[in-house]
Amino acid sequence: MTLLVEARQKLGAFSLDAGFSSEGGVTALFGRSGSGKTSMVRIIAGLAKPDHGRLVIDGEVLVDMEMRIFVPKHRRRFGYVFQEGRLFPHLSVRQNLTYGRWFAPKNAQAAEFGRIVDMLGIDALLDRRPGGLSGGEKQRVAIGRALLSAPRLLLMDEPLAALDEARKAEILPYLQRLRDETATPIVYVSHSVAEVAQLADTVVMMKDGRVEATGTPSEILSLPSADRRESGAVLSGTVHMVDPAHGLSTVRLSAASIIVPSARLVAGQNVRLHIPERDVMVATIRPEGLSALNIIDGFVSAVEPDGEGMARIHIRSGDDIVLSRVTTLSVERLALVIDKPVFAVIKTVALER
Amino acid sequence: MRSGSLDWLTLSDDEWVAIRLSLWVSGVAMVVSLPFGIIVAYLLARGKFWGKSILNGVVHLPLILPPVVTGFILLILFGRRGVIGAFLNEYLGIVLSFRWTGAALACGVMGFPLMVRSIRLSIESVDRKLEEAAGTLGASPAWVFMTVTLPLILPGVIAGMILAFAKAMGEFGATITFVSNIPGETQTLSAAIYTFTQVPGGDLGAMRLTIVAIVISFAALLASELLAHAVGKRVSPE
Repeated sequence: MTLLVEARQKLGAFSLDAGFSSEGGVTALFGRSGSGKTSMVRIIAGLAKPDHGRLVIDGEVLVDMEMRIFVPKHRRRFGYVFQEGRLFPHLSVRQNLTYGRWFAPKNAQAAEFGRIVDMLGIDALLDRRPGGLSGGEKQRVAIGRALLSAPRLLLMDEPLAALDEARKAEILPYLQRLRDETATPIVYVSHSVAEVAQLADTVVMMKDGRVEATGTPSEILSLPSADRRESGAVLSGTVHMVDPAHGLSTVRLSAASIIVPSARLVAGQNVRLHIPERDVMVATIRPEGLSALNIIDGFVSAVEPDGEGMARIHIRSGDDIVLSRVTTLSVERLALVIDKPVFAVIKTVALER
Repeated sequence: MRSGSLDWLTLSDDEWVAIRLSLWVSGVAMVVSLPFGIIVAYLLARGKFWGKSILNGVVHLPLILPPVVTGFILLILFGRRGVIGAFLNEYLGIVLSFRWTGAALACGVMGFPLMVRSIRLSIESVDRKLEEAAGTLGASPAWVFMTVTLPLILPGVIAGMILAFAKAMGEFGATITFVSNIPGETQTLSAAIYTFTQVPGGDLGAMRLTIVAIVISFAALLASELLAHAVGKRVSPE
């Protein structure tokens, strides 16, 4: 699948002028609220008309404002998962799920009902009405409904934003299964670093209606303009050992190993770790008597002062780079220069998968 | 007085005719005006066009005008020599003046603003995000209306139908002005009661028909409550 989008639109004081292309997998539109992510995805879905723009999927032109082409939303066959579910209150869960089937072309390979229902764990809800479902259940049904309409592209607009942390944790595994088990490409809108790190293959970072950067999650999420509190390194590794007694697992990176607080992993599994730069300390000698489990040795590979008294230190260990955010005073005191051997003391590691 | 003291409750054939005619005329008025009511309500709720407030005013006119005036306007427009009436008569063979069809038209026109109002309010309260969602699932605008909008506004549609029916049952002024008071053709329940009150000794007949009117009104009200309850339970998000 190849998707190409370019759109310009003026909405009052806000102007959108952005474009990106995707070769399949999960493309995350990432940025703060008001950055134009939702406007972009609404244009892709056909819920909004750009002033200028093009939308091409696999060579088929769906929108070309210059040529006056605008395929209406119901003929695009793009599934859309909204932030608030938007289930039909007058239909049962089963009827909601099969709604899109009536309109899907007969030759479209409709995902099997049973498999989707299983994957989302909603078989117990089928005969209920949407009104009685919890937020997380509603969202799972909404995802199933979009998938069962046999979409050629799935658009997800902050599907987790309206949920509390517990519900988010409930749904994220389903989204990962969705990514891994279906071939449908996904455009995923989110402002959450954790979600993007966990799900995306490609990240399109948006700011003020423009695309600021495009790249892999580890490239984009380590940019200083990504949400500062959350920015950090994203590393991939393999689960080496699981310690159910302590609820911990050991993940092997290219050189070092990292212990993560989860025992629900399987040895050999590939995982991604997100290490926020604010949770990494730098030491020049190996510290002792610390509660932190993860201390990695490496070399300083870059020092980036931000001009406001803070600096970001890149610490290389094998092929991996861990980021740390320290004061420029610490940089001077510890004499942090390139190639200096240091220890990265990691306070928290978020398991991204 | 062989058959007891409740003999006065027995309805005469003429009275039965008036009751049946009333039910028939009101039913026809309600059913025929329903599609127009839904279309106009949809236009008023969703449409953006020049003259929307004029359409709104025209629809509501029968509610504000004295019924006799409405009846007279109908007579001018739909009478045998009226602009529309002459056309209908000549090309379609439909005669409205002094026929039950005219009574149905008058009743329909009088009930129309009530029907439109009720349906319009329910269309305005439909969450358009649901219609958007249906569109992304592949439903064309017509299908979205049939499968999402219509089921969601059903309580409002039922309420509008009952209101129009009730208004038609009680309609008197416009009907009598437009199609007069011909027993068996245009003499509805209300007109029959009025006729009874105009003749000496007609009080008993008027009383009988009044009781019938009360029973019918209660039945209609009850039916609407039950229907709205049944539908509302399906539609409301709990």
